[in-house]
Amino acid sequence: MKARPPIYGLMAEFEDLPALVQATHRAHEAGYRRMDAFTPFPNEELSELLEGHHNLLPKIVFVGGLLGLLSGVALQWYTNAIDYPINVGGRPLVSWPAWIPVSFEMTVLLAAFATVLGMLGLNGLPMPYHPVFNVPRFALSSQDRFFLCIEAEDPLFDREGTRRFLESLQPHEVSEVEH
Amino acid sequence: MTPETRIAESPPSLPNPLIGPGHTFGTITDKISSIVLGQRTPLWWFLTFGVAFLFANAMLLTIVNLLFRGIGIWGPNVPVGWGFDIINFVWWIGIGHAGTLISAILLLLKQTWRQSINRFAEAMTLFAVACAGLYPLLHTGRPWLDYWLFPYPNTMAMWPNFRSPLIWDVFAISTYATVSLLFWYVGLIPDLATLRDRSPSRAGRMIYGILSMGWRGSARHWHRYEMASLLLAALSTPLVVSVHSIVSLDFAVSVIPGWHATIFPPYFVAGAVFAGFAMVLTLAIPLRRLYGLHDFITDRHLDYMARVMLATGLVVGYGYLMEAFMAWYSGSLYEAYMMLNRFAGPYAPAYWALILCNVLAIQTLWFRRVRYSPVLLMVVAMFVNVGMWLERYVIIVVSLSRDFLPSSWGLYAGTQWDWGMFLGTLGFFLTLFLLFIRFLPMISIFEMRTLLPESKLEAEEVHA
Repeated sequence: MKARPPIYGLMAEFEDLPALVQATHRAHEAGYRRMDAFTPFPNEELSELLEGHHNLLPKIVFVGGLLGLLSGVALQWYTNAIDYPINVGGRPLVSWPAWIPVSFEMTVLLAAFATVLGMLGLNGLPMPYHPVFNVPRFALSSQDRFFLCIEAEDPLFDREGTRRFLESLQPHEVSEVEH
Repeated sequence: MTPETRIAESPPSLPNPLIGPGHTFGTITDKISSIVLGQRTPLWWFLTFGVAFLFANAMLLTIVNLLFRGIGIWGPNVPVGWGFDIINFVWWIGIGHAGTLISAILLLLKQTWRQSINRFAEAMTLFAVACAGLYPLLHTGRPWLDYWLFPYPNTMAMWPNFRSPLIWDVFAISTYATVSLLFWYVGLIPDLATLRDRSPSRAGRMIYGILSMGWRGSARHWHRYEMASLLLAALSTPLVVSVHSIVSLDFAVSVIPGWHATIFPPYFVAGAVFAGFAMVLTLAIPLRRLYGLHDFITDRHLDYMARVMLATGLVVGYGYLMEAFMAWYSGSLYEAYMMLNRFAGPYAPAYWALILCNVLAIQTLWFRRVRYSPVLLMVVAMFVNVGMWLERYVIIVVSLSRDFLPSSWGLYAGTQWDWGMFLGTLGFFLTLFLLFIRFLPMISIFEMRTLLPESKLEAEEVHA
């Protein structure tokens, strides 16, 4: 097993969004990949830069919805046509139009659970502890400041060199992130 | 140029009329989170909470009495087997629909004006659904056996009948409540992280910290978060339409005159949105005043909500017209009599009061002066709140009190326990709502930040 680097990474604080986006661009051009940007609101350019368009979530939601639909139909089929058939004037037992509302609700219910659990799962939440919280000023990332963190796991990471690189991006401050 | 077209075009002097001038990310965060964390709880909050809590206790008293003595303490009896219980159920569920409309449909339509009102409108949805759910659960007569409503293998070897709209209701309402809760909670996560980071007390940091699940605003997380919000909105949109459609099928699938109509689903959905926007205004106007939120809930927001209320109100008015037309056009004696009975029978005052509230009172919303006057708007919203309650009263009671067989006609009136339950749920709703505005941010902080021009990049900045 590889030895754990002495620190988690280096974090630079920026005062506005354009500065952060530009810094992320420059870091990407410089070859850094193990990094993350932190903002108080969503921004598409940043996500695309770091993650690309790839997103597994819609597929998870589709599977959830499909499962909901099938379980809704199966539930009604089994209970009303097989296990407890009620003959009402000879009308068909598989009266599927009457099953649409419940099948629909089950589809939405399971798809919604898949959305929320999928989003949390892919994001690795809940995660009460994360090294970035060790930087005292990081509390401002949920308010009005913008942060870029380059992780020590990145092959190009060098405690001194990366710090010099981050300082060249005119941040408000660069700090080391403890584990 | 008429006054109408002038408001439609955003004047160049106001770059973003949805938020007051001079705001930064910091001031937005301060203003909204300090309501929860910083300020002393205002005196009016305690007074209102006291009154609301008193009424909520009237509800508890009614429920205890109901458990001891049975639903005979309520008014419904043959022939009027549905009374206040179903009226209030439909009324509350309808109110909830505006919250989902604002959070889901307006999100898909990229209406940024929803961003300052969606949070408390969604909370309103949850609390309204909680109030609504109580009625059918208690009206089963033996509420401790309510789990029989769900399909589960049991020693009676029986299953629910899925051909019945009443079981559709069980699925629709429970799905609606669950999905609304999920949507609301997901929306809260980034703001809970803000509260965690700003809370002055250790307990606050702990509680908001646990609730925020360790949200750290990572760009990768935001990406999936935004995707999840859109997907939830796309799921909630047909859901909200289905819920009130299914509620209306409780009536429309029956053969009772005045209920057995194909117009019911769209007419109920429009009525739900109409009633819901009236309730959003009823909550927004005092909140804005009491907390000084004029920069976030601007006159323009009130104007837009009034317009939605006017549009859906006109659809509802069309529904009334079509009900009358179909009663005549159907050639059915019973349908025609039902309509005459509404116009001139024992409940005629309720019918004409509902026309006054839901059709005539909202015509004032054509005037810009009314839409931009919080006081007048509040008055109109109150008319609609009452009118939509009367609508359900008229639909349910008039049809049941005089159906096919004159020998079994009978009149209905709510008992003191019916009123106790109704006023009680109003108090319960208000209690929950006051707790919500005290402990959670009532306006979405992170979505308000995105209204500022600084949250968007100019094209040249990206590749500079």
